[in-house]
Amino acid sequence: MYIHKRRSNKEIIGGSITKRRKIDGRNQNEHCEATENRVACYRVLDDHGYPIAGTTFDQVDEETAVRMYKSMASLEIMDSIFYEAQRQGRVSFYLTSTGEEGISVATAAALSPHDIILPQYREAGILLWRGFTIQDFANQCFGNEDDHGKGRQMPVHYGSNHLNFFTVSSPIATQLPQAAGVAYSLKMDGKDACAVAFTGDGATSEGDFHAAMNFAAVMEAPVLFICRNNGWAISTPISQQFRSDGVVVKGQAYGIRSIRVDGNDALAVYNAIRAAREMVVREQKPVLVEALTYRVGHHSTSDDSTKYRSLKEIEEWRRSRNPVTRFRKWVESKCWWSDEEEAQLRGTLRKQVLKAIQIAEKIKKPCLEDLFSDVYEQVPSNLRQQEKSLRQTINKHPQDFPSDVPLH
Amino acid sequence: MAASFGVSSAAVALADHAVKSSAFPLPSLTVIRSEARPISGRVNRSRKAGKISTHAVAAQTENPASAASKPGHEVLLFEALREGLEEEMERDPRVCIFGEDVGHYGGSYKVSKGLADKYGDLRVLDTPIAENSFTGMAVGAAMTGLRPVVEGMNMGFLLLAFNQISDNCGMLHYTSGGQFTIPTVIRGPGGVGRQLGAEHSQRLESYFQSIPGIQMVACSTPYNAKGLMKAAIRSENPVVLFEHVLLYNLKERIPDEEYVVSLEEAEMVRPGEHVTILTYSRMRYHVMQAAKTLVNKGYDPEVIDIRSLKPFDLYTIGNSVKKTHKVLIVEECMRTGGIGASLTAAINENFNDYLDAPIVCLSSQDVPTPYAGTLEEWTVVQPAQIVTAVEHLCR
Repeated sequence: MYIHKRRSNKEIIGGSITKRRKIDGRNQNEHCEATENRVACYRVLDDHGYPIAGTTFDQVDEETAVRMYKSMASLEIMDSIFYEAQRQGRVSFYLTSTGEEGISVATAAALSPHDIILPQYREAGILLWRGFTIQDFANQCFGNEDDHGKGRQMPVHYGSNHLNFFTVSSPIATQLPQAAGVAYSLKMDGKDACAVAFTGDGATSEGDFHAAMNFAAVMEAPVLFICRNNGWAISTPISQQFRSDGVVVKGQAYGIRSIRVDGNDALAVYNAIRAAREMVVREQKPVLVEALTYRVGHHSTSDDSTKYRSLKEIEEWRRSRNPVTRFRKWVESKCWWSDEEEAQLRGTLRKQVLKAIQIAEKIKKPCLEDLFSDVYEQVPSNLRQQEKSLRQTINKHPQDFPSDVPLH
Repeated sequence: MAASFGVSSAAVALADHAVKSSAFPLPSLTVIRSEARPISGRVNRSRKAGKISTHAVAAQTENPASAASKPGHEVLLFEALREGLEEEMERDPRVCIFGEDVGHYGGSYKVSKGLADKYGDLRVLDTPIAENSFTGMAVGAAMTGLRPVVEGMNMGFLLLAFNQISDNCGMLHYTSGGQFTIPTVIRGPGGVGRQLGAEHSQRLESYFQSIPGIQMVACSTPYNAKGLMKAAIRSENPVVLFEHVLLYNLKERIPDEEYVVSLEEAEMVRPGEHVTILTYSRMRYHVMQAAKTLVNKGYDPEVIDIRSLKPFDLYTIGNSVKKTHKVLIVEECMRTGGIGASLTAAINENFNDYLDAPIVCLSSQDVPTPYAGTLEEWTVVQPAQIVTAVEHLCR
């Protein structure tokens, strides 16, 4: 291909690009490693819950603010009790959102209930906001017959069709290309809604993350990508996950408008998501929001994070950078919340969660038939055969078969 | 949509079946059963041995005068697939196509040619090169109500989409407790071609057959290609439709009126008495070539194109085994872990009492497909081997 050697801006593949005279190793543009010039972070409240002077934000009204706070506190309490229940052997597995309550709840408050959520697994706050009851959470964790998932998935892998929350699938980042598909579907139908896909910092290393962003950008799909950058992917700190300036620059690389927000500032998250969502739906283009936060809890009940990080670090985030307390200070400063209400909330909620666990424990498991249904739309003959064979075995050895799984 | 999944009994009234398999009422839908007897008085599609050669070149064009007087119309296999796709896209606005170069380029084998012009860029979507991602995208779209048809430019590339196909397509209906359905069709050219290289000669049916939650079918004629495409799109289950790189130019006369073919039924290609030969896709033609030789030698093989790779049509297969008592499986999969291996196990388990001899399975060798033409030819089963195997089995 012959290239004209002219000095002026010239159309080449991708559009006009300014020419430069030489390669300069000291030029900032060549060095992409995260240096002092990092992308700025949007934040509204300071560590003590006071609005920072000069920030622009939309106020939330009292009702929304109180509801947000109550949801965040509920999530915190529910998490700690379920975690304990797992430690006591009553639940087989659990995963908390400790330290990240602000992100899920504030996002849920800022979205429309028609927006379809594709979660990673630390977004229970959204379900809580949308009306998933404590009993629903407990039923899923115990895998009983009232579980919407019919006891087929491990705990915290919630899913609710009518709350527009896709069932959680364990492998990381697989929901991201699916979000592009959901957005494509919404775009075809011209709906006033968007797909909202969550990811963590670790998930941005997966190929699916990059392809999904690329797809969404190229197809102008209305997806809101929210990355909870909580500093850790199990034991891998972000310094071993990527060398870029976090995740926000990756969106820019794909031609997607991106913003970085303080994930522990619920008010900032609310504002950022509101603005992002409007942009996504109105312009039918993807947006990436990187929410900086910290995973205070262990990755899950199968992890002990004190093995790879200092207690001091964890405690600092838990005590002085807690999103729930920070938001509470703001709500209290507006005189919308009091200590009495706090005590009452914590008391009632604790009882409610414990009761829900007790009830869920006693509800029987899904019946044997449900082992074979829903693999296909209708149960095929080979599975009916396998069920028959299983029942024959159970008839011969009933004492070896679990007593809490009903046969019919 | 109550498309039944499972071996259908002989007593099923075909009219009922036709009605059950469509969500929208359709006039006189023809569903063809395994005996290949037409239901509504269509053209008789008796296959003349030798008309289709192993080199899978388009059959000789008929005399234009006689062609015009016969009912139905002639199509090449890729055109039949396109007809099926187009009819379904016309009928149901939720059907859409995703894949690389499927839009204005029309697809690597021209299956979607012209559809982007007719239905627009959104319904026939050109995707970036990321198989796992556009398959994932199809899963997400299906969960939200669309009916995507995903094209793998070559089936082998769909190995990159294995996670989405296995964990998401196959599982999400189950793990969500039935809340979400994934009515996707995943299709593309596969199998051993003519010097396409090892990576483009994959037989993915081997790898996918274990995945619970998906159905797999393989087309082999323009007639069943169109019928299977339509049935797969209408099914609520995720269906993988295997096409073969060498069969796209096969020519056949297919009915003008609309028809759908059952996803779970095998096709009786040639009834016989001496031995049951089970095959599918391109190997069907090697078998029929061998059958010509066998008939000349006095044998009477029964040839069944199993078509449904998951689940197997054990009803049709069983009836055949009960009649002939000898089974030969001819497949293009590799020896280890292929469709033949599973089919052998299934027949042994279910019809052991009816077998006079152990099942013989002819497969490709456990080697990556070499590029050199002669070497490549001998990695797949040739008609001569099939003849020898039958002679041995029928001693």
